Amino acid sequence: MTGRGRDERTLRGRVAVIGIGETEYYRHGGSPDPEFKLALKAILAACEDAGLDPREIDGFSSYSDDRSEASRLAAALGTHRLRAATMQWGGGGGGCCAAVANAAAAIVAGLADCVVVFRSLAQGQYGRFGQAGGIHTVSGERSYLMPYGVLAPPQRFAMRVQRYMHEHGVRQEALRAIALASYHHAQANPRAVMHGKPLDVEKYDASRWIVEPFHLYDCCMENDGAAALVLVSAERAAEFRNKPAYLLGAAFGSGHRAAATAHNAPLYATASFDTVAPDLYRMAGVGPSDVGVVQAYENFTGGVVMALAEHGFFKPEEANDFLTVENLIAPSGRLPLNTSGGNLAECYMHGFELVLEAVRQVRGTSTNPARRSDVAMVIGGPMVSPASDLILGSEATL
Amino acid sequence: MSKPSARYLPAGLPIPVAEPDGLSAPYWQGLRQGKLLVQRCGHCNTWQFGPEWLCHRCHAFDPAWTEVAPRGRIFSWERAWHPSHAALKGHGPYIAVLVELPQAGGVRMVGNLLGDPEQAVAIGADVEGVFEHHLESDPPYSLLQWRRP
Repeated sequence: MTGRGRDERTLRGRVAVIGIGETEYYRHGGSPDPEFKLALKAILAACEDAGLDPREIDGFSSYSDDRSEASRLAAALGTHRLRAATMQWGGGGGGCCAAVANAAAAIVAGLADCVVVFRSLAQGQYGRFGQAGGIHTVSGERSYLMPYGVLAPPQRFAMRVQRYMHEHGVRQEALRAIALASYHHAQANPRAVMHGKPLDVEKYDASRWIVEPFHLYDCCMENDGAAALVLVSAERAAEFRNKPAYLLGAAFGSGHRAAATAHNAPLYATASFDTVAPDLYRMAGVGPSDVGVVQAYENFTGGVVMALAEHGFFKPEEANDFLTVENLIAPSGRLPLNTSGGNLAECYMHGFELVLEAVRQVRGTSTNPARRSDVAMVIGGPMVSPASDLILGSEATL
Repeated sequence: MSKPSARYLPAGLPIPVAEPDGLSAPYWQGLRQGKLLVQRCGHCNTWQFGPEWLCHRCHAFDPAWTEVAPRGRIFSWERAWHPSHAALKGHGPYIAVLVELPQAGGVRMVGNLLGDPEQAVAIGADVEGVFEHHLESDPPYSLLQWRRP
């Protein structure tokens, strides 16, 4: 924390991830367990990983209206007490990093000591994001979209990406490289739902359109499962058995009127990180060239293009040159991306699997370790509001 | 090509209705009467769509509903192939466009582009509005679609 005063408002170096855990990842509808049980399993796995008595947890943080409610979790786990119970509003998978930031803020502010951050999702039990059914009438935002067939996330985001590709000359090959990198990494990751199911250029090109400009492989999977991590203050990190992954920075939000309804955001062709990424770098005290490995939420590959550009890894006009498979794969690509397979090929755990993978990179336990893994970034769901992002680092980066 | 049907997409998709608090009721009533109404602040003249109770620029409440000519240009577009709703199964591709209205402060709205669903679409192309009425529906409603002039 060179040159930073104790009174500075920051999360940098103040908290550490000491445990991570997840359930088996299933195809949507494939979980033998109900959603709440998945949440419990992931939380217990994270505590086991840390070497922590689950009764010591005194806070829960999640996002996207997770149904596994904090008080029920605390009762089920028999925690000694419940303190922080934090839900990040809205934004679909945009909150996956904000949930970590909210937990960190609670610890730094002295509101809790040991907070679990998690996401649990059983789409078989509760319905898929990719299908709109059982709705007779709609009001508000959806009423300007759904009667025209703009129903589910693919149709909601394709026009935004189309506009971005138009403005900056981004080609389909750039989107394809992102999909290929995710699938490449999934082949080395036995947790990945697409482990053993490789993707190549021919298969991508031949795959059906979901909605132009998204082929099937540009779209995330839909899955059942749960993932969790345990966060404590940096002072306590050494008490636990794993190498800590420290939070260097986090940010969330979106720009001016980003959520204006019916696609009326003044800055339309954006992943919503135009205002958020500068906040992240400022808090973390690093720049894009310091980041060794990135996990970037792929609802759709096009959103990843925009998100990476807005984080300064390349200019939008350079996307076609930067986004090649060679550049995006571990260990030695320029920017190893989605090294677990991510939402496309590991599991769509609403982006939380990406946060766990960043922890593994910092620990050095990823199945696709990056050559430079001491500073690891996660970018949450792009094109939504509020979006969020974070950077983790090893002790050496503090 | 057969005669264009009166509706671009099959029946069974969600039906738009105003919110219980009535915020967008003038908009939907306008479409049923073949009029496009958009909010314009009576205080600072700022255009606003979708509707809100407050002008985002000057914070005057209840921006006035103002009739606008349904003409615009394509700001973005998509061709959807995968049926994300049971009503679309077997239907084939369809085009959604995001249309900006230069004469109304550049507000945008989503509709379908009528005609061949496999036609080439150009960002920046001029389009004109076509009111698509569903008076037999329960509840009845109207949509605003778009076509190349």
